[in-house]
Amino acid sequence: MNQVASVASYSSTNVSSSALRRHTLWDAVLRNATRTAAITVLLLLSGVIITLIDGSWLAFKTFGFGFLTTEKWNPVTEKFGALAPIYGTVVTSIIAMVIGIPISIGIAIFITELCPRALKRPISTAIELLAGIPSIIYGIWGLFVLAPFLQLHVQPLIISTFEGVPFLGSLFAGPPYGIGVFTAGIILSIMVLPYITSVTRDVFETVPPTLKESAYALGCTTWEVVNKIVLPFTRTGVIGGIMLGLGRALGETMAVTFVIGNAHRISGSLLAPGTTISATIANEFTEAESALYSSSLVALGLLLFVITFIVLACARLMLYRLQQKAGR
Amino acid sequence: MSIVNKAVLRNLSVGAALALSAPMAMAVDISGAGSTFFYPIASKWADTYKKETNVGLNYQSIGSGGGIKQIKAGTVTFGASDKPLKLEELNAAGLIQFPAVMGGVVPVVNLKGVTPGQLTLDGNALTGIFLGQITSWNDKVIKSLNPNVNLPATKIAVVHRSDGSGTTFLFTDYLAKVNSEWREAVGSNSAVEWPVGIGAKGNEGVAGVVKQTDGAIGYVEFAYAKQNQMSYTKMINKSGSVVAPDADTFQAAAANADWSKAPGFFLILTDQAGATSWPIVGAPFVIVYKQPKDPVALLEALKFFDWTYRKGGKQADELDYVPMPAAVIELIETSWKNNIKDASGQPIWK
Repeated sequence: MNQVASVASYSSTNVSSSALRRHTLWDAVLRNATRTAAITVLLLLSGVIITLIDGSWLAFKTFGFGFLTTEKWNPVTEKFGALAPIYGTVVTSIIAMVIGIPISIGIAIFITELCPRALKRPISTAIELLAGIPSIIYGIWGLFVLAPFLQLHVQPLIISTFEGVPFLGSLFAGPPYGIGVFTAGIILSIMVLPYITSVTRDVFETVPPTLKESAYALGCTTWEVVNKIVLPFTRTGVIGGIMLGLGRALGETMAVTFVIGNAHRISGSLLAPGTTISATIANEFTEAESALYSSSLVALGLLLFVITFIVLACARLMLYRLQQKAGR
Repeated sequence: MSIVNKAVLRNLSVGAALALSAPMAMAVDISGAGSTFFYPIASKWADTYKKETNVGLNYQSIGSGGGIKQIKAGTVTFGASDKPLKLEELNAAGLIQFPAVMGGVVPVVNLKGVTPGQLTLDGNALTGIFLGQITSWNDKVIKSLNPNVNLPATKIAVVHRSDGSGTTFLFTDYLAKVNSEWREAVGSNSAVEWPVGIGAKGNEGVAGVVKQTDGAIGYVEFAYAKQNQMSYTKMINKSGSVVAPDADTFQAAAANADWSKAPGFFLILTDQAGATSWPIVGAPFVIVYKQPKDPVALLEALKFFDWTYRKGGKQADELDYVPMPAAVIELIETSWKNNIKDASGQPIWK
């Protein structure tokens, strides 16, 4: 209040009162316009939630909690369960993150810390171009180029290497089809690369040079600077980038549909075909005639929404914990 | 309703205005929606038809399920579905249906040294493979059907459609007709719970996976197999004779089918009798109202289908579809006369 008063008295000496009124008016307009924009987001979000709940009501009423724990998905007898798509969604995203995060952060470290100036721009541009490729192109490339390559050269090697090893043997078992959960995970890891990389690169560049220079002056190696200075300084941003990538991996539809094999089964082997929530919806929605079938597909959409929400909530919690620890 | 009336009024008044300057009133486009299988030939026909009559076709290729929903909602003049509706369902909604054109579904394989048409399968072998009971190509069931083919011990990789599809409906309907185990365990629909195999999206997806996987078997529309030079198989039909997929065997299946005993044209052309019938044939069915709200629009649609039956055969051949046999066309147009009436009870089709 005091501040406003002092500004007002200061202004009155310099600016005419009509100008002041004009400024207040513009402030009010701006405030209301931005507020409306923000409320629109909330309205849209609640609209989506209401529609999803309304659409999936029939499925949940018919199958109850069993919808979440049943693997069966039979359009003929109209018995639907979401376990296989949920499993596929989570597993492909985990594979994508396991491969994607180290590579993305590696690229970001190289660009910001080690890269010769001449190479910096081409690499950055290449990464950003990767983000611009439509997912259908990734799907077709995955089906016609990546899958045959994996089938002929990579998967036989993996299968023979791990054969007989407990756990890993069954994780990488079975005939090399080329397409399956593993291939879908690889495609996704390529698709999330640009997101994680560009965010982490940007936040790495916000680290004050003085901090890094002091560390180098103390005789730190590049690894020590990255590990002890850069990463702790940018933790929040890096996690934000990872979450952005994870969000894309969870919801990606077209590319996954092409290479995952679309089988409503949970298989012990990562090389076997599976399915994801969004792939199932994309595959079956157009021909779903009965009300219960359509409703079950909408229910899958609602579940994807819930999974994404849980992931975001976990990320927030993790950040909060980290901040608490850093504060001590 | 009032919107429709207004639109009609507007069209009439525009027509009246134009009548002063032009000899003919402008025709309204025919609107339809549904089957994706019908789309390629429908758009080709529509193109030629527009040039001849100045009446266009606005067809949304949204899938059979969508086509049925839209005609029931009354937003289009006709719907098209690969799966015919049962007579009770048609009657309940005041609809009738008729087949528009035909196509065949063929099994395709990828086996080293096996050329198109070299391998012969029958219903039981196909069911055994898709149930996961026959797992390698040198299984005795396949061997006994192909004594002259050198079959390797390659594992069979089953490939099916992942998207809901009329092609899947026809294929599973055939398996369910010839094998009781399939009928009870899996059944038939545009998507089913497959016991084994990989799902690939669309004909192109199935073709892609089959081509890349040694020992693979899948099923695609015949046009697709032919255009991609895929290794299709021959089949042993209901009469026990070996048939190769082509326009003649598809048409034989329709000609040998007993349409007069199929109320509401509810006839799925799989596993039909006749020495030359291909066992997996299907037709997109056109669905229209018996008492349309807009008889003028429906008459335009019927005129279009009449034109396709009489003049569309050559274009259908070019795209590897098969025109309906003349006898069936007669039955269809008789059913138009008997069933489709305007508000005063007069037949629209004369």
